[in-house]
Amino acid sequence: MITGARAMVDGLLEQDVDILFGYPGATICPFYDELAIEEKKGTIKHILVRQEQNAGHMASGYARRTGKPGVCVVTSGPGATNLITGIATAYLDSIPLVAITGQVPTNQLGKDVFQEVDTTGMCAPFVKHSYLVKDAADIPRIMREAFYIASTGRPGPVLIDVPSDIQNTEFEYVDPGEVNIRGYKPSITGNDKQIRKIAREISGAERPLIIAGGGVILSGAEDLLAEFAKKNNIPVVTTMMGLGVLPTLDPLNLGMIGQFGNSPANYALNHTDTLIIVGARVADRAVMNPEGLMSHCKTIHIDIDSAEIGKNMEATVPIVGDVKIILKKLLREDIDIDADEWTREVQEKVAQSRLRPMKRRSNGTVGPKKLMLEVGKQLDDDAYVVADVGQNQIWAAKYINLNKGKFITSGGLGTMGYALPAGMGIKFADPDLQTIVVCGDGSFQMTMNELSTLAEHNLNLKILLVNNGRLGMVNELQRKNFSQGPYAVFLPHTPDFCKLADAYGIAHRMLDDESELEDAVREMLNYDGPFLLECRVGADESTMAQ
Amino acid sequence: MKQVISVLVENQYGVLNKITGLFSRRGFNIETLSVGETDDKSVSRITMIVDSGNSVMEQVEKQLNKMVQVIKVRRLDQGELVGKELALFKVGITSKTRGEIKDLVEIMGARIADISASTVTVEISAAPEQVDLMLDMLRPYGIKEMARTGMAALQKGSKAL
Ligand SMILES: Cc1ncc(C[n+]2csc(CCOP(=O)(O)OP(=O)(O)O)c2C)c(N)n1
Ligand SMILES: [Mg+2]
Repeated sequence: MITGARAMVDGLLEQDVDILFGYPGATICPFYDELAIEEKKGTIKHILVRQEQNAGHMASGYARRTGKPGVCVVTSGPGATNLITGIATAYLDSIPLVAITGQVPTNQLGKDVFQEVDTTGMCAPFVKHSYLVKDAADIPRIMREAFYIASTGRPGPVLIDVPSDIQNTEFEYVDPGEVNIRGYKPSITGNDKQIRKIAREISGAERPLIIAGGGVILSGAEDLLAEFAKKNNIPVVTTMMGLGVLPTLDPLNLGMIGQFGNSPANYALNHTDTLIIVGARVADRAVMNPEGLMSHCKTIHIDIDSAEIGKNMEATVPIVGDVKIILKKLLREDIDIDADEWTREVQEKVAQSRLRPMKRRSNGTVGPKKLMLEVGKQLDDDAYVVADVGQNQIWAAKYINLNKGKFITSGGLGTMGYALPAGMGIKFADPDLQTIVVCGDGSFQMTMNELSTLAEHNLNLKILLVNNGRLGMVNELQRKNFSQGPYAVFLPHTPDFCKLADAYGIAHRMLDDESELEDAVREMLNYDGPFLLECRVGADESTMAQ
Repeated sequence: MKQVISVLVENQYGVLNKITGLFSRRGFNIETLSVGETDDKSVSRITMIVDSGNSVMEQVEKQLNKMVQVIKVRRLDQGELVGKELALFKVGITSKTRGEIKDLVEIMGARIADISASTVTVEISAAPEQVDLMLDMLRPYGIKEMARTGMAALQKGSKAL
């Protein structure tokens, strides 16, 4: 006989989980009691976050580095409500998570007892699947299914809500066998007839263009996409989630599309005759006018989630499946295409846009573009850049050149404060990987309580804090579009961030002079241990900043 | 355009909640909905009438298919289904109207399910349009209350979902 709690822990061990992020409370204590045994054995490490939302974000960062589901665990009631933002953030970016929540005992469910909320109910809109466990004997099967569902098909968070009495219930363990869920059979291989049709549609295109989205990265198909683009000499634009699919300076990479995108990328999108959308969901921020697009080009849409095809834009040729498998098959097809003239035209636009001179700042601030370019210049080839939300995110996305590294951000939900905990999750997954977190002063203050966790584990994480004394993105929006101008966006009385870092025992430096830029970035990157570089940026810099 | 969607789901706790939640948050409108177990106790069948354009219906179908506890989804055209709805109407009667109502019930192929000194309860199981017609015919007599189940439907012929 084993207890439900033991079965939960065994379920984690079976999936080779060796780290999880969480915060305890009464209803999850039986599970923690079993976890403590594993921690002593050295099989699983529990990272105590300082607020539950960040357990979700850390698990997300971990998942984005390893490709395996990140695991987070919290108690019922406020633990679960705090975690919600982490779950929703992962859902919108298709990040695999397994979230475990304690729940009040079964006989008290629905009675509004202490720390009861309807966790599965409130999370339903933004989980891939959820379980409220009513029978301890189901736990071995549920654990297996949860990891399977989170990580296959279109990845996403799976929630397991376990009443405390169920965690204590003893039962006879029976191996649940291989996962077999009749309602869940993701199709990944791609229909061969559609593959041939795609090849035919691309053949003869004069102005073809590939949009690469986050799905390319989730599928691990970056190299195949590059190979496909090169073979056919087709230029590539990316969504924000697709940044890093190709090196920024790859000749075929035209940059990021969308509201905050690079102009050559948007130009190409507006002039293509054959658009090949790969692992991107045609979201409003990336493709602002899908109807207009459809009127001037054919669209080929490759996605693992059939519901994304045709949701925001009709596809001329839809194909459902794993990007990696489909690209492999497409590479075998004969495609007869000569788009050299078009490709040269758009490459020329990129070259021109890179020539624009940068204005020097001399008023105790640093130009954001200059700052990001310098960071990009000094980063390792495979460094991860984790950006918050706001102007800092746009500047990082547009101006930090990536090579083999990745750009990690909350693209779908736009969750301020994501960067610090997500960056920590990446470092927990891969302590040697150079990782830099770009924060806004507003965003940073949403999750800076994790500095304590950062210091505790002495993670060699770099924090670039872009301090403009305000919610810069909203400030910019209000200046442009609202009659009353900037309002409720100023952040006076923020702590001295360097002193704050000091209080946590974290190394720091203030950068407010462009002439020190190179040296400051070098000091940060060379420092062995966590480091906060606070950078003063002008209050009214725009996301179009030079 | 009205369409019928037939969905086979796991007969488990919370499934209906997840499905109706999906409809409301994506702005899909359900006109009627009926749920019941099938011969396989682990499977329930949900029948819904949804009034939407074709592209919305396609999204409805795809979103339903994405749900782990949904086993099968099928949109049925009016022509390819047998669909029936059960309705109960409690109608006031007087000695004068009793005969008329009895005739109506007979013509419509309905039945008297219950009777009291001042009311009859009429039961009809028919296609929703027939039920609408019955409602129209009974309305002048004063409907005290009524209940409709929403349509249950199966494909015509030997095909199964
Ligand atoms: C949790 C959350 N609340 C509010 C917003 C709306 N919002 C988007 S950007 C932004 C300003 C961010 O300020 P800061 O972190 O200082 O970045 P900056 O734009 O100044 O670089 C706000 C409030 C959001 N995205 N997330
Ligand atoms: Mg700011």
